Amino acid sequence: MNVQVITRNAAPEGRIGWLEQTIGGLTGNIEQAVFTEQHARSAGWLQRRDPRAKVIGSLVAILAASLTTSVFGLLALYAATLAAAGASRVPFGFFVKRVWAGIPLFAGIVVIPAIFFVPGPRLFDLGLGPVHLAPSWNGLEGAVPFVIRVGVSVSLAVLLVVTTPWADVLKSLRALKVPQIFVLVLSMTYRYIFLFLHTANGMLLARKSRIVGRTTGGEQRRWISGTMGNLMSRAFKMSNDVYAAMLARGFGGEIRSYSEYRMAAADWISLAAVGVLGTAVALSGRILP
Amino acid sequence: MTATLPVDGLTTEPLFRLRGVSYSYAGRNSALRDVDLDVRTGERVALLGANGSGKSTLLKLLDGIIGPSEGEMRALGRDVAAVAAGEDAFRFHREVGLVFQDPDIQLFSATVLDDVAFGPLQLGLSRDEVRERVDEALAAMEIAHLADRAPFELSGGEKKRAAIASVLSLRPEVVLLDEPTASLDPRTKWVLVDLIVRMGAAGRTLITATHELDIVPIIADRVVVLGEDRRVLADGTPAAILEDLDLLVRANLIHEHLHEHGALRHAHPHPSGEHHAYEGTGEEPGMQGERP
Repeated sequence: MNVQVITRNAAPEGRIGWLEQTIGGLTGNIEQAVFTEQHARSAGWLQRRDPRAKVIGSLVAILAASLTTSVFGLLALYAATLAAAGASRVPFGFFVKRVWAGIPLFAGIVVIPAIFFVPGPRLFDLGLGPVHLAPSWNGLEGAVPFVIRVGVSVSLAVLLVVTTPWADVLKSLRALKVPQIFVLVLSMTYRYIFLFLHTANGMLLARKSRIVGRTTGGEQRRWISGTMGNLMSRAFKMSNDVYAAMLARGFGGEIRSYSEYRMAAADWISLAAVGVLGTAVALSGRILP
Repeated sequence: MTATLPVDGLTTEPLFRLRGVSYSYAGRNSALRDVDLDVRTGERVALLGANGSGKSTLLKLLDGIIGPSEGEMRALGRDVAAVAAGEDAFRFHREVGLVFQDPDIQLFSATVLDDVAFGPLQLGLSRDEVRERVDEALAAMEIAHLADRAPFELSGGEKKRAAIASVLSLRPEVVLLDEPTASLDPRTKWVLVDLIVRMGAAGRTLITATHELDIVPIIADRVVVLGEDRRVLADGTPAAILEDLDLLVRANLIHEHLHEHGALRHAHPHPSGEHHAYEGTGEEPGMQGERP
């Protein structure tokens, strides 16, 4: 009997709060997803390209996806993106899932109402009591290209990020005349976000190891706000220390960076190919549906 | 005036000259009190002291990134208070490099190469010269293979080496090291000690803050002990300082506690935070104790 009582109570008492789970999941996933550069270091086609060519090429392709009115043009661009991912040794399942898992959530919220509220002939009419599910052809004609356009654009951005170390992506922004101070601040933010995520995860684990009873929502919220304050205080101290470390190495307020990028013939050819493909896709709406 | 002061130094100004130097954070928390200290070119000095004794603060003062709250301090012929206020700071930092205790503070760039290149880039050197210095520093710390890695991917020992390389690329005459071997596994620690010895052999003035007594005779020819009152407690050769057990106990660098070796129970001093290697016989020479 005692065992039954313990069993019944142990689950809720042993369970950690949803807030902690959410924060733990978020920080853990960001650490893994953003900072694991395993694909960026493999010897694939895109990994061998100059990062500046990749950044400019990605922007050109995304611009083409935004300008085209042809679904076939978008599908052709997506096929080219998948081919580039394959040539760059990015696993097909990983790449497709990473892109399309989030698209219904973000693009769907925008277009789903349009499917049902745009007037015109209906694809079908499903009566569920007083409610009728009746998507319109006109709504679908607008929604499908939109979702594909978002999917292709996100695929291009993801492909750039997974095949290029983040440091190179940031440095390549200089090729687009982004101010040096902006690149430095982004770079340092990226550097220290990881450190503070790591600290936040450590604090979460330290708390988890000492939780021996059920915690209320209020307690969890207090802990979260306390942790935020603690991290902010640490961040402030560390920012002072980092500035001292910069001064100690001669920093005088002027930003200078070092890069060894050299555009090879293959980079120019790839960039030209993307330019031609992008132009064709952008103009494809004049010929194709 | 630069760091190339005469080595004999007896009739010339020392590289660093501190007279009655005190420092307090926010004007309240005293971190260093009434320190008198001279350091001459080419000396290898160990700053010994327990946690909170003011070692890191003294190194920051020597690096000119903070100025003394009280007293007079000159470094490389310059007034340190003026350097800390920004006067001639760039040239000063070319000659004096500080390796911070926490490498995460020092490694603020996206890759190791960027961090090691940061100092030379501030000097306005050409691309080729920056690359030459970066390669030299990475090779000296034996981390050329880590050049394109992000700091968060490195182990503790690799981070320390990268942090030292980021200072060496400035080719400073004086290197200040804050707890360079803290929190490292034994093998990494001794690899780093070897690298520090090589830096000293290259003729640099080295000032190393530590509380690890076993590395002191190897990395230093002179030891300055800071007491828990944050004043200089002693200044002498490694042999003289390390043999003075009373001094080390007073500085909280070793501690005395009662323990057992097999059948023998006795008390004798230990380096702080460490246990001695004697195992169990109770027959070690010079120990006095009682059988329980």
